[in-house]
Amino acid sequence: MSGELSGILEHVDRIGELDLDDVEPTSHVVELENVLRADEPRPSWPREAVLEQAPDPAEGAFRVPSPQAE
Amino acid sequence: MTAELLELTVAQAAARIAGGDISRAEYAAAWREAAASDELNAYLWRGEDGAGEGDGPLAGIPVAVKDLFCTEGVQTTAGSRILEGHQPLYTATAVRKLVEAGAGLLGKTNMDEFAMGSSNENSAFGPVLNPWDHGRVPGGSSGGSAAAVGGGLAPCAIGTDTGGSIRQPAALCGVVGLKPTYGAISRYGMVAFASSLDQCGPLTRDVADAALLLGVMQGRDPCDSTSVGIEGGVGAPDREDLKGLRFAVPAEFSGDAVEAGVRAVFEATLKRIEELGGEVAEAPLPHAEHGISAYYVIAPAEASSNLARYDGVRYGMRAEGAGDLIEMYESTRAEGFGAEVKRRIMLGTYALSSGYYDAYYGRAQRVRTKIVEDFRSAFAEFDFVVTPTSPSVAFRLGEKTDDPLAMYMNDFFTVPMSLAGIPAISVPAGLAEPDGGGPQLPVGFQIAAPAFAEQKLLDAAHALERAIGFDAHPHASGALYAPISDIKRTGSGEGDDG
Repeated sequence: MSGELSGILEHVDRIGELDLDDVEPTSHVVELENVLRADEPRPSWPREAVLEQAPDPAEGAFRVPSPQAE
Repeated sequence: MTAELLELTVAQAAARIAGGDISRAEYAAAWREAAASDELNAYLWRGEDGAGEGDGPLAGIPVAVKDLFCTEGVQTTAGSRILEGHQPLYTATAVRKLVEAGAGLLGKTNMDEFAMGSSNENSAFGPVLNPWDHGRVPGGSSGGSAAAVGGGLAPCAIGTDTGGSIRQPAALCGVVGLKPTYGAISRYGMVAFASSLDQCGPLTRDVADAALLLGVMQGRDPCDSTSVGIEGGVGAPDREDLKGLRFAVPAEFSGDAVEAGVRAVFEATLKRIEELGGEVAEAPLPHAEHGISAYYVIAPAEASSNLARYDGVRYGMRAEGAGDLIEMYESTRAEGFGAEVKRRIMLGTYALSSGYYDAYYGRAQRVRTKIVEDFRSAFAEFDFVVTPTSPSVAFRLGEKTDDPLAMYMNDFFTVPMSLAGIPAISVPAGLAEPDGGGPQLPVGFQIAAPAFAEQKLLDAAHALERAIGFDAHPHASGALYAPISDIKRTGSGEGDDG
């Protein structure tokens, strides 16, 4: 895997040859202005339905292994 | 009667269903039967209905949906082991709109894991086979959708395109594939890969069907703040000539990376454009050749952020037997993600890391600006930019799996349009032998247009398609099919190349 990643980065390094000093970066292509919507409450998903998809639900919550090794 | 039903385009079938000439149930049953005969591994799930319920322009039309779209109560895997069996609580806006227009869900189609791939060999559920030659790839990442339409297993399909994932498989399977302008269709309910690039679009037998599906799916959606829709909507394309239209061939794209057969079909298509009254000339697009470099920084960077949500806590799989929380995260991702997804997460996190951010991510975003400007200059003088969709016809299964960079180069012609956010369509332009010989395979012709000029793009593509008269029947090619049992079915989820 590391050899493959190096090969890809070598190819990508070609953009280092371009003169881009005065170029603005593009993160989004459609010109949009920020808008605010009314803060209207909407119902959330039922807790039971959400937990049905969880690998290990318990007592109305997502159960995970302890963050600290024993 | 069944065979005749399967020959109809979606627009024809919808008109005959609406007129009462054919029954909705009968039409859906014919397609369910066709879908059930899937030998291509195109489907990951098939529905029991497909006829739909609503009235609308797609009343009674079964649609195959890429397994990247959330469908309420129906498994949505994105081609990944980590989401195996996952049943979303809600339906993607694009799918909801199809259903509200009367369409039925025929099935969910196979794909490269999280849409990362150009051959469908990165699916955790085995590769899809090309309907024209079972020993070859269908392209990717929407390979299941393209193979389903090309192989006569669905009347139409939808997919997603981040760097070519609709157009390239459409080209390799001999169908029409449209990537609309970024923002034309809501991304709500699409499993996110690279959020600034991902866009939904149709894969169909002809351009008129693509226009029909786009017209139904486009529109602003409060659930996707980047969606804007197409002003004035989309109508059936009706243009029959190309008089007064100017087509640009990028001067920098004439390199020798294109197969001889693909080049011949491309040049014949340029002649046909001129016969239809269009004008063809070279135009500079100097930064487009750096599209692959910019794309394979930007897309993995966004993916590395988007895929952080798969941690084995809220949904999807969790690795068994982990000791503490960190170990659980690590082993879940190690087991759940395939090799290509891991590769891109590593590339992306590297490109975003302190000390490398400016050299990679920052520069890639600036190259993106240059590509946007290149297209803007071209469209000041031309109506369209045209290229081959893919440098080659469908390649053999396994041919490029050991060389990620060679695989990425499949996207050479499609990535620039994705980075610029502009619409582009792949139309079947003819057949060609692969380099080194073999049975003839489909070649796609790509046409790109300015942002939100979908109607103009579809009109021109329709005129060209009529003049080409492509016969979209794989069985007419006389291709020798590899016996299905010979195909090695291994997903990327089964092995990690380290």
